[in-house]
Amino acid sequence: MTKHIMPMSEDRGPRRFQKLIRHGDIPWQVILIIMSVVVMVLMIAIGWMLWQQSQHARTQFGWSFLIPTSDANWDPVNNHFQSWPFIYGTLLTSLAAIVLAVPISLGIAIFLAELCPAWLRMPLNWLVELLAAIPSVIYGLWGIFVFLPAVVTPVGDFIGNTIGKVPVLSILFAGPIPESGSSRLAAAMVLTIMIVPTITAVTRDVLLSIPDNQREASQALGSTKWESIWQVLLPYGLSGILGAVILGLGRALGETMAVTMVIGNSIEGNLSLLKPGYTMASIIANEFAEAVTPLHIEALLEIGLTLFFITLVLNIIARLLVWSVAQRTPQDARV
Amino acid sequence: MTTTRFQQLISRNQAALSARRKIVNAVMLSLTGALTLLALVPLFWIIGYVFYKGGSSINLAFFIKLPGPLGVAGFGVLNAIEGTLVMTLLACVFAIPPGVLAAFYAARYPNTPLGIVLRFSTDVLSGVPSIVVGLFVYALVVKAQGHFSAFAGGLAIAILMLPTIIRTTEEMLKLVPPTLREGSLALGAAEWKTSLSVVFPAALNGIITGFLLSISRAAGETAPLLFTALGNEHYDVWQMIVSGIAQKQNVFQILNRILDQPADSLPLTLWKYASQPYPERVQQSWAVALVLMILVLLIEIIARVWVESRKRALQG
Repeated sequence: MTKHIMPMSEDRGPRRFQKLIRHGDIPWQVILIIMSVVVMVLMIAIGWMLWQQSQHARTQFGWSFLIPTSDANWDPVNNHFQSWPFIYGTLLTSLAAIVLAVPISLGIAIFLAELCPAWLRMPLNWLVELLAAIPSVIYGLWGIFVFLPAVVTPVGDFIGNTIGKVPVLSILFAGPIPESGSSRLAAAMVLTIMIVPTITAVTRDVLLSIPDNQREASQALGSTKWESIWQVLLPYGLSGILGAVILGLGRALGETMAVTMVIGNSIEGNLSLLKPGYTMASIIANEFAEAVTPLHIEALLEIGLTLFFITLVLNIIARLLVWSVAQRTPQDARV
Repeated sequence: MTTTRFQQLISRNQAALSARRKIVNAVMLSLTGALTLLALVPLFWIIGYVFYKGGSSINLAFFIKLPGPLGVAGFGVLNAIEGTLVMTLLACVFAIPPGVLAAFYAARYPNTPLGIVLRFSTDVLSGVPSIVVGLFVYALVVKAQGHFSAFAGGLAIAILMLPTIIRTTEEMLKLVPPTLREGSLALGAAEWKTSLSVVFPAALNGIITGFLLSISRAAGETAPLLFTALGNEHYDVWQMIVSGIAQKQNVFQILNRILDQPADSLPLTLWKYASQPYPERVQQSWAVALVLMILVLLIEIIARVWVESRKRALQG
């Protein structure tokens, strides 16, 4: 043994550093953790930024900015802002869209997950997802020039002449619908088309994650295919399906371009579904670039903050629901 | 064998009941099929109509000329095409590196506290309305800089792309067989080396597909650009490069010039033209819609075909 063995303590510093670099796992982990934290911080940053930037509007108008009133005032000239008509428009159109979209999406999801022959499933999945890939502005353009005159105006006329004549319901369904079809109903119907893919995709995945023994047990007890879907599978996946619906609602609340193009953008205090209106997203899209006074900009930012907060809460609830189904059925899920 | 009246009644009821159940079954099951067909009606209606209306007003000038005055033929939307490309490219630069690295974390440590929070906040981030992201970037960049810019537009699109990139990359990384990574670790490779030179290449095809999908979504976004990129009828990248070279500017100065001014994009142009009262502009907006739709659908279809074939190859 001629080789001189150095005592450990002498080269400890540099060798340790060298080892760290050559091995490299600690820097790698640090980079990964930093990037993950950046993604998480982004969400907090969005909320904080909007909160901070709408400070003056918040202090000046307080809760009167948000609470329901019958004679809300949106007056950029005199610097007075109340956002209730937009909140109302957003809620009404989104809820109407959900009411229309849920049965359709459930039907499609059941068909795709339970009934459809295997060779047809893939192409149908794709086609439904393509519906989600078409840009929002194209929905808007098609809506204005094709869908509104061909479908929405006749449907609106029909509703106005039937439900619109019933005493109490006439608050929500009073006609007549404008000739062009631009109305909250138009927004709700276009939104329906846009959120069906979202609800369908999540519901389909929830159904596919239900273990096969549930189906087998139900059919062994003599139920028909429909009975086992309706009485066994849907209750089993209920929380996940609810999550899917809330996800769709979140998408409907935040949808901007298509709604702005078909809703008619009118600020009149009419509550009817068949009348033109505004949504929170569409007022921002229409006025933000042209807003002049700082308070006007801050009021619009506060609407954005409200919208962010609503969608955030809805998304958190929805994801928790969807995750709860996935957690409950870990192993024997169908592929 | 004689049957009592009671027995007859029971058997009749059973027959009626089972007939009703069979009918309900048949009706509801065919209803689900009908609803599926119903959902496909708007899809084909939109695609068909855009091709029909847009196809008639597309020509070469549409792709290679800037917008001109109303009533004069032979102008196009080059500014929007270039703006879309520039901002989407910029968004990729901003979103892909952090997205992929965060996805590595999410795929490797899905059940640590940070991993759970990361996956959860990715899901939630994908639900934030695009117009809110636009407001955020306005407050962060546009207000601070004092002017609208392609840079701000690219940043807004990047934030919208991030969740899709993280989710798809994470899915693809999880599909890589664990034996591959274990083999590499057993041979003495470090964790980062295993991740970058074994796991990443194995999942690369799928990851690129994820990029394509998020790009196709990003290219159609309008709302976040309304008050970040704003729009610019004179946006001409080629012209800026030529004049930049003529003035002996370096690469960074030219890049700065391209990114630091307002830019247009296809969906933004489509929105502006569609809301104008001139039939000629509306006609052009259909043409823009056609170009945009072909772009988006093409990327989408290529990506899907690719990902399916990769999945099959990986699952064996």
